[in-house]
Amino acid sequence: MSEKYITRSHAVAARDLGGEMMIMSAADSNLFSLNEAATVIWQAADGRTPLSEIVARRVCAEFDVPLEEAYRDAEAFVEELSSHGILRVSDQPVADAPSDQAAAGAEPAPQEAP
Amino acid sequence: MSLMEEMNARALRLGVPLSVHFDLTYRCNERCEHCYLDHDDHGEMTTAEIREVLRQLADARVFFLTLSGGEALVRRDCFEIIGYARSLHFNVKLKTNAILIGDEEARRLLALGVEQVQVSVYSHRAEVHDAITQVRGSLERTLGAIRLLRSQGMRVTMANVLMRSNREDSEGVRALALEAGAVYKLDPTVTPMMDGNTSVLRHGVDASELSSFFHNPNLVGDVERFCAPPPSVDDSIREGLPCSAGHTSCYISPYGDVYPCVQFPLPCGNLRRQHFLDIWRNSPQLLEVRSIRGKDLTTCSSCAHLGSCTRCPGLAYQEGNMRGPSSQDCEKSFVRTGIPSENLKARRAAPQPLLFSHLVQIESTPPVLNLPMAGNPVPSFH
Repeated sequence: MSEKYITRSHAVAARDLGGEMMIMSAADSNLFSLNEAATVIWQAADGRTPLSEIVARRVCAEFDVPLEEAYRDAEAFVEELSSHGILRVSDQPVADAPSDQAAAGAEPAPQEAP
Repeated sequence: MSLMEEMNARALRLGVPLSVHFDLTYRCNERCEHCYLDHDDHGEMTTAEIREVLRQLADARVFFLTLSGGEALVRRDCFEIIGYARSLHFNVKLKTNAILIGDEEARRLLALGVEQVQVSVYSHRAEVHDAITQVRGSLERTLGAIRLLRSQGMRVTMANVLMRSNREDSEGVRALALEAGAVYKLDPTVTPMMDGNTSVLRHGVDASELSSFFHNPNLVGDVERFCAPPPSVDDSIREGLPCSAGHTSCYISPYGDVYPCVQFPLPCGNLRRQHFLDIWRNSPQLLEVRSIRGKDLTTCSSCAHLGSCTRCPGLAYQEGNMRGPSSQDCEKSFVRTGIPSENLKARRAAPQPLLFSHLVQIESTPPVLNLPMAGNPVPSFH
């Protein structure tokens, strides 16, 4: 099985709303809502971590789901987002991939207002 | 429930300001006769201050960011600001007159991932448009920019403010929009000036003239549905929220002032002195706005239109009472349905000037035009 590397597209808006990611494509204004498991994959889509590792270390660790089943679902999810230009899929690590959670639209750590 | 409605409901439940309208400057390169702004710079925020505000908005989980003015592109740092906003993954919409947009600017807006550009077009006739903007050649430049934006694949909305001077031209502008592949939006709202001066309202059309627009299927889609009598008022309507302003949306001025909405000039705090989330969560003014339910509205709570009226609390505030009626929406409900509101009945009993009699709003997107519909007791999120 060849590895897959996934990278978030730059041409989207994204924000974590209560643990679920809302994503809108600038290209066609389609709006997507990701459930918690899909949100984990989105936030881990740094272009450097293999999808298999994301599924094994993040998805299976956080959700009680068998590895094979989780990977199959993750592949289908990745392909669907890729078809809408939301994620890019590569068989090689991506050099210019985003690195931080802010770029993924992740919810920030709680902080006190000054 | 559509995905967008789900998103709004979730934001409301979580107390998230999903949408922010941020005017980067009040300066402008046009002098539109109906404009409600003072175009002098009274100390607008610096690039660094705006970047800090954007960071705070991202932390607050704002998703939809509308950048506007004045004319936002007169700021030399406008593209830097847009780029920074996009790096924080906001959905960015730019409102502009577009006359500073050439090839390079159009390419940059597309490359930055701006989701759409809204451009004001007052008429298909240069003599009418240019007379309103008071800039000779402005229509030609604006339409040229729209063509450049569209040739790049950018989504464009043509916003057509309806006034006395261009009331015959809406079909002409709509034809231009269709030809350019842009969305057409008719907006009969002429807003009082920020300082409360209502002199600009003389440019608006009379309520009596709106009937033809409300009965035009090109604008409202299903006329019968749009003009249907209001639904009977029940507890869900009485407990409903009047509007999204202050609940899931707010407005920020170039000076860092936070308001519930661009049309609701109730100062709630200033970002030069306070953190955005501090204002959003704790401002007494925003807390008061959020406390208002349909049953709390004076006059309107007993009105048959309560469940379908597009009552604007900001315009009601400008009439003197944020819990009171906004007369232009009373007029709109009446023109739409033929049924007078409680406010109109009271005014007829004791006649007085209707200062805001021509302030209503229609928003439409082809091919099925989308207007505020009767029977919608939930906040209108736009």
